[in-house]
This record gives sequence, structure tokens and C-alpha cells, in this order.
Amino acid sequence: MIDLFSSIFMLSGIIFFLAGSIGLLRLPDLYSRLHALTKADNLGLGLLLVGLALHMQQPLFALKLLLIWLAVLAAGSASAHLIAQHARRQEADQ
Amino acid sequence: MNIISLYLVDILLVISLLSLAWASLTTADARRSVILFMAFGLVLALVWARLLAPDVALAEAAIGAGLSGALLLAAIGEQPGSSINVNTDHSEDVQDSNRSVVVTWTITGLCAALAIILAWTLLQTFDNVNNKATAQAVSENLTDSGVSNPVTAVLLNFRAYDTLLELAVLLSAVLGIFSLGGIRSPYQLAGPVFDGLARWLVPVLMLTAGYLLWVGAHAPGGAFQAGATLAAAAVVLRLAGHHNIGLPQGKSLHIIMTIGVGLFLLVGLSMLALGRSFLDYPPALAGTLILVIETAAMISIAATLVLAFLGGRPQMQKHKPC
Amino acid sequence: MLTAQWLYGISACLILALGLRATLLHTSLLRRIIAINIMGTGVFMMLVIIAYRGPDAVPDPVPHALVLTGIVVAVSATALALALLRRLNTEKADD
Repeated sequence: MIDLFSSIFMLSGIIFFLAGSIGLLRLPDLYSRLHALTKADNLGLGLLLVGLALHMQQPLFALKLLLIWLAVLAAGSASAHLIAQHARRQEADQ
Repeated sequence: MNIISLYLVDILLVISLLSLAWASLTTADARRSVILFMAFGLVLALVWARLLAPDVALAEAAIGAGLSGALLLAAIGEQPGSSINVNTDHSEDVQDSNRSVVVTWTITGLCAALAIILAWTLLQTFDNVNNKATAQAVSENLTDSGVSNPVTAVLLNFRAYDTLLELAVLLSAVLGIFSLGGIRSPYQLAGPVFDGLARWLVPVLMLTAGYLLWVGAHAPGGAFQAGATLAAAAVVLRLAGHHNIGLPQGKSLHIIMTIGVGLFLLVGLSMLALGRSFLDYPPALAGTLILVIETAAMISIAATLVLAFLGGRPQMQKHKPC
Repeated sequence: MLTAQWLYGISACLILALGLRATLLHTSLLRRIIAINIMGTGVFMMLVIIAYRGPDAVPDPVPHALVLTGIVVAVSATALALALLRRLNTEKADD
């Protein structure tokens, strides 16, 4: 039963990653691509890690995975902000 | 079912690896090549993990993908005419148009022949009966080595001489970098988002480095991974615009750079004074000695990697309010 | 011989050959540095695949230690090469 939930979570995480990658390839603008990539990848990673924590069934492991998710969230959002800010400044200079 | 999914993972990893390498080497734009090389390094860390080499995977992710990528990006950023819009930017031509097609195809053919000969030789060696010798020697002597992680035992006890020389190689590279020019130009002070990220990321990275150093005795980890994580923390500080990233000036800097090699040599020579061979630890003291050496090595590795990223000696800065 | 060894062994030799080809054919020094790094990666992969003993057995730790040393030496050589490149560009710009 737990394994079924774990698989559902991991699968939906992968679907979000796929959506983010398709957005990276198909969206027209730098900003929309950043938006799709950051949001979809963060959520996809979160779902994947929930599925993994359910699969391993150890509370310490789940805590480590939560910390990893928070770190990736912060770093990814900060990087997206920096890229968008730099692009905005370049547009303003031209 | 398990074997089939493993095959699938293997095929996907190999396809990603080869296509990333091909794309990185044949794309026209230099910046795109660097970014693809960083992605190649990360997929490579996955490959190491799949091939049951977790120490190598940690080192590859920290050093190979992280620090190498930072060095290459800093080098790209200094080239003239850099901008984020790569659509109309052709920094270099991939191949010299003057070179004839014959030379290109000859080189390609020779490299293909080299690949085939190497692959044939490599595949012959897999079933060799003598392959077991080194693994057996390590597992027999592991309890005397002072640690229970076999890779750390090999690096810091059985083949400690190689690690000593490797630290010396790092030191010589940084001395060469010092002699080639001054420090790279500093970055501007970061805005609130990046500054906030750096403020909590750097302490967490330092804590992780200490943990990796400690855990290297009985689980994947060790001095190199810890040193690289510390260096990454210093690089983040530098990128956030802090000039003074914690490296001292003058003689203290020299001490930090050389403490890895110095302490290693000291321990090795004191073994000679005790009547044993060079770097031959007594089994009772081996664990403690390895920890001491690894701590000094971590400090040295971190300092030398950061200095390699800085590109030169850190300058004396006027006191800036943080 | 395990399938993984066959698959990764051949890809290691391919990566080495790709890196060598790019080192010889590129004109830009920075691309050559990247290509030499990729060649080094091919060599490391050959070492790690020699150490691999199967999904259930403990791998041989000696090639892993060699690869760890190799990664650190490769990054220090890359740093020195990039410093040389930087100095070369400075000298060229001053002409």
C-alpha cells in the first residue's frame, strides 16, 4: 500500500519535471522559460522526495530529504532571480 | 524486473553522457560549451554513483562539476564581448576554415581507430584472473589501517605517499597561478536575494564540510570532498561581492597553503624517527593520525582551490563594513 | 563479463577519442582545455569500470583512490591552464 503511494508521488514528480523541460524547450521568452523551469522543477523535486521518503520509511531519512528540498528551493529561486535581473538590466541598456 | 530497469538506467546514462560530450565539443559558442560541460560533470557524478563509487561521485560533483565549472565560467566572463544573449554571439569558429577536409577526416579516423583498439584491450582485461589481487590486499589489511572506509584507507594509509605528492601538485599549481598575474577583478556587492542566500548557505556548507571530513573514516567522504565544499563556500562569498573572504594575508596565508603538505611530511618523518618506514603508521595510532592529516589536508585543499579561483594573491582591502 | 562493464567500457573509450579529436581540431585554447578535461573523464571512467565487480559485490577501492587523486590533479591543471590563458590574452591585448 505504501509502495503504491510512493510510486504515485514519484511518477507525478517525474511528470512535473517533464513539463518543466518541455516548457524550457517550447516557450518563447527567457522569463517564461525561467518561470516554467523553476516552478515545475521545485514541485517535481518535492513530490519525488516525498515518494522516496515513503519508500524508505525512516524518519531521519525523510528529514534529510526535506532539508535537501529546501536547499534546492532556495538556490534555484535565487539563481532564477539573478538570471532574470541580469536579463532585465541588459534590456534596459540596449 | 530489477535487472531490466538497471539496463534501462545504464543505457539512458550512457546516451546522455555521450550526447552531452558531443554537444559540448562541437557547439559553436564557447559559453554554451562550458555550460554543457558542467551538465556533463553532473551526469558523470550520477554514473559514478551507479557504478558503486560514492566517494568519487561526491568528489566529482563538488570538484569536477562545481569548481571546474566556476573556473571556466570566470574565464569565459573575462573574454571581451560577453553578454547573456548568445543568439548572435559567435566567439570562435569551431574549426579553422583553412584546414583541409583531408586533415580533419584523417584525425577523426585515427581517433576512431584509437577508440576501437582501446575498447578491445579494455574488454580483454575484464576476465583477467589477477584482477582480484589489489581488492584482496586491501580487505585483508583494512582492520589495521585505522579506518573502515576502504577508499580512505587506500588514500591515507596504504598509498599515503601518492596523496602527499598530490597535495604538492595542488600547491605547485597555485604557485604557478600566483606567478602569472594578479587577482581577478572583484564582483559587485550582491542584492538582497543573493546576499540572503549566501548568509545561510555559507555556514551550512562549512558544517557539511566538517561532517564530510569526520564521516570519511567509516562512510563515503573524506578530506578532498570536505576541502572542495569549503572552497565552494568561499567561492559563494566571493561571488556575493565580499572581497575579504576569510583568507589572511602574508605569512598566515603561506602557512594555510602549506599546512597540508607540511603536516603530512611531519607525520611521515616522525615515523622514521620512531624506527618504522616513512609514512608507516602504527596500527594503534593510525586512526588518529589519519584524522589529523585529513584536517590539515582539508584546510590546504580548500585554500588552494579558492586561490586558484581567485587567480592570484588576495589584496589588502580597506576595512569594509559588512 | 558484465553488461555494465561492456557498455561503460566502450563509452569510456568513445569519450576519450572524442576529447582527443576535439583537442586536435579546435583552434580556441579554452575549447582545448575543456576537451582535455573530457579526455581525462574518459580515463577515469575506464579506471572505475575496471574496479566494478557487479551490482552486489564490493568494488575494488584502489582504482577509486586513483580516480579521486586524478580529479583533484585535473582541476589544478585546469586552473593553471586557465591562468596561462588569461595571461596570454592580456599579453595579446597589449600589443
